[in-house]
Amino acid sequence: MSDVKPYYTIAVTGLNAVDNPGPGVPVVRSLKEATSFSCRIVGLCYELMEPGAYMHDLVDVCYQVPYPSAGTEALLSRLDYINDKEHIDVIIPNFDAELFSYIKLENELSKRHIALFLPTLEQFEARQKFNLHDFGKRIGLEVPRSINCDTMDDFLGKSDRSEWSYPLVVKGRFYEAYVVHDDGQFVANFGKIAAQWGTPVIVQQFVEGSEFNVIGFGSADSKLLAAVPMRKQFITDKGKAWAGITVSDSRLVDMARRFVEASGWRGGFELELMRGRDGNAYVLEINPRIPAWVYLATAAGQNIPELLVNAALGKEVKAFDKYDVGKMFVRCSWDMIVDQEEFGAFSVSGEKDNRQK
Amino acid sequence: MKINANIAISQSGYIFNPQTGESFSLNPIGVEVIRMLQEEKPKETIVASIVDRYDVTASAFACDLDDFVSLLKQYEMLTDE
Amino acid sequence: MDSSKKIRYERPLIKPINAMMPGKTGKDTYLVPVLDVDGVPVSALVEKYGSPLFVFSERKQRENIQRAKRSFTTRYPKVHFAWSYKTNYLDGICKIFHEEGSWAEVVSGFEYDKAIRNGVSGNHIIFNGPAKTKDDLKKAITNGSFIHIDNMDELYLLSDLSDELSIKPKVAVRVNLDTEINQIWDRFGFNYENGQAWDVLCKIVRMDKFELKGLHCHIGTFILTAHAYAVAAEKMANLACNVKQKLGVNIEYLDMGGGFASKNTLKASYLGGADVCPSFDEYAEAISTAIYKAPFKTSDLPVLILETGRALIDDAACLISTVLSNKRSSSGRRFTIIDAGVNMLFTSFWYDHKVSPAQPFSKYYEDVTLYGPLCMNIDVIREFVSLPLLNRGDHLVIHNVGAYNVSQWMQFITLRPYVVQVSREGKVSVLRKRETIETIVNQESSTTDNL
Repeated sequence: MSDVKPYYTIAVTGLNAVDNPGPGVPVVRSLKEATSFSCRIVGLCYELMEPGAYMHDLVDVCYQVPYPSAGTEALLSRLDYINDKEHIDVIIPNFDAELFSYIKLENELSKRHIALFLPTLEQFEARQKFNLHDFGKRIGLEVPRSINCDTMDDFLGKSDRSEWSYPLVVKGRFYEAYVVHDDGQFVANFGKIAAQWGTPVIVQQFVEGSEFNVIGFGSADSKLLAAVPMRKQFITDKGKAWAGITVSDSRLVDMARRFVEASGWRGGFELELMRGRDGNAYVLEINPRIPAWVYLATAAGQNIPELLVNAALGKEVKAFDKYDVGKMFVRCSWDMIVDQEEFGAFSVSGEKDNRQK
Repeated sequence: MKINANIAISQSGYIFNPQTGESFSLNPIGVEVIRMLQEEKPKETIVASIVDRYDVTASAFACDLDDFVSLLKQYEMLTDE
Repeated sequence: MDSSKKIRYERPLIKPINAMMPGKTGKDTYLVPVLDVDGVPVSALVEKYGSPLFVFSERKQRENIQRAKRSFTTRYPKVHFAWSYKTNYLDGICKIFHEEGSWAEVVSGFEYDKAIRNGVSGNHIIFNGPAKTKDDLKKAITNGSFIHIDNMDELYLLSDLSDELSIKPKVAVRVNLDTEINQIWDRFGFNYENGQAWDVLCKIVRMDKFELKGLHCHIGTFILTAHAYAVAAEKMANLACNVKQKLGVNIEYLDMGGGFASKNTLKASYLGGADVCPSFDEYAEAISTAIYKAPFKTSDLPVLILETGRALIDDAACLISTVLSNKRSSSGRRFTIIDAGVNMLFTSFWYDHKVSPAQPFSKYYEDVTLYGPLCMNIDVIREFVSLPLLNRGDHLVIHNVGAYNVSQWMQFITLRPYVVQVSREGKVSVLRKRETIETIVNQESSTTDNL
């Protein structure tokens, strides 16, 4: 067997390692620690100040890309420009809001020999927050009761209002969720979310309990190849884990397996769970991509970004059969000192080469 | 009317205003105009120089120049003298 | 310097570098200049017909209807399209759809007369809507048109007319139903879920004064989930089977109405309309699969009628407009005023219409609010849009304006502009002349009537 490892160029989005971080930076960290290949990283940024763009050790070059709202045509033309210069092997999109575009572009990108490893549009749509309730029912996962509202009156004017009780969770179709305790808070947060993310807005019964997340990965033939459950130990005001620890609860892994086997899910995902007072674990959300705490799973022995790249390139992949229990992470904020010229040049050209520095 | 002395403009069109900490981008004609303002050229000279080389009438450019200068003021890059 | 050798002018621009919190909420635009419409230069069109100017593409209309037909006929044996007159009733537009085999779907006496003028035979006209007059109905009965009953009063009026004319009117029942989306258009027709629709069907059969031909529904507008049509078609098909089994009448057609979305972007939508709009194939798959599920005998399989308008015509037209002036808001934001307002672009109230410059531009953009020319605060074409630097006199092309604008527009403050069409051969014809002051004042009068 040859000792020479393959060398890939991998493009990654979600380099916004901010207070509500995207998964890009930890994905890159995991890729750099891959044992089956070595790689260079092309950062795809929406904003000039995504911290990952300034991490020279992790990200080799960066390009600004159009927002998903600009449409797939604009994205493809930008990716063509980038690909001409960088010859990308794999793209790992890390935002929910951009997955729709990448799924639609999968064929076009494959013609350009750029591999993705994503769910189908049907799988992606089925687990959307506004379909989650029916989806959960269909595949036998418990989901708190919820309704989709185009206007506030769809909830406030409901005839069976008495069957609902505060607190409720008000969620945007892509991002953001607020726990509300009365009609006043409901109205304020509903308006905010509808303005930002459009409709429907999802109204869900709040479940009291402790929060767990499971990161997982489904293969092309609907097998669960990786799954690591984590208990959130410290939660920010945005509901994100700032610290967490891997746990051994096999029921949580079973839920991930049921999800992959029932839906045929391809690629990375995260189950957000609440273990209620009744001992049941409720699915609050299914995120269609790798979560920001992915590096904990890597450290616990399951390098999911590496698995994803190999699966995308059609290499043989094996299921992980274990992970370290009790592995813990504490997230950290860190002020990088950035060269103002570097920022200025990036802002003018939309491109940034970190190798020259 | 004068561009503040400590304003740095890169050839690529990036400007940093050290007094306010704001940064800006310029298009190439914006860079040209701001350089002429730095050199304290009078308005008439700037208009003549642009009209000579670009496909624009003096009145149309004068109108755009007024708008540009008013923004420089708003962004605290000009001192009235 | 020789003016031909001069550099193309662009306004000097200074723009704060947008230090937005890194995230994924921003909107931006990637544009290419649109220099022609089906090969005819925008500049030539404006020179000849002035600005603003509606330009329709015959090619695009035919492509759209042919694609829609293909999607349905490859999945279902008996399909008819009926051109929705209210979407756009310019003769030159209607004629294209009639040439492509579409019937006419009308909702007023005026539209009915227009269809007859356009050479549509009475038995190819579907008469919908809540406001048919006695005279309208008489005409429709005599011509053998299909009358879609909206309410009980209309049913009884038709019954009287049936006696008076000694003709059995050909009718269908408009049904409204819950399709698991939030639109329920229960102001039209009779409800499915609460049994109203069934009751009226029983009554029609019992009265024996009508030829009951079909069932009609129209579930809403701009429906982005094809699944809603599957739900509707399943209910309609089951209703038709029940009519056959329990009342012994064969329902000859199911009219699934319209409501298919176009490529426009709704104001509340995050993703662009071009990406989220379902294809004709998706709608066709949903509807045909649902009908096949119902227990029809193969010989009784009803004709499927579709009245889609918007999805066939919206992207077949653009509105060319011209920059009148540039100014700044109190906060320094760029305001650009153009010569096309909401008086002719009604749809800008609910869409973020895509806007392209009609001349080359550089990579420099600025955030703009695009206002129309009316001296009215509501006259906003795009609240937030990123556009290249526009000079006075520059042209813009506003896309996807073919549906409803040229029927819902109003004569207000200014006159309505030319509407032209580019043929498949690249020839330009006038569909509707620009209004003149005479168009308006000729309708005014000062005579006194003694009543």
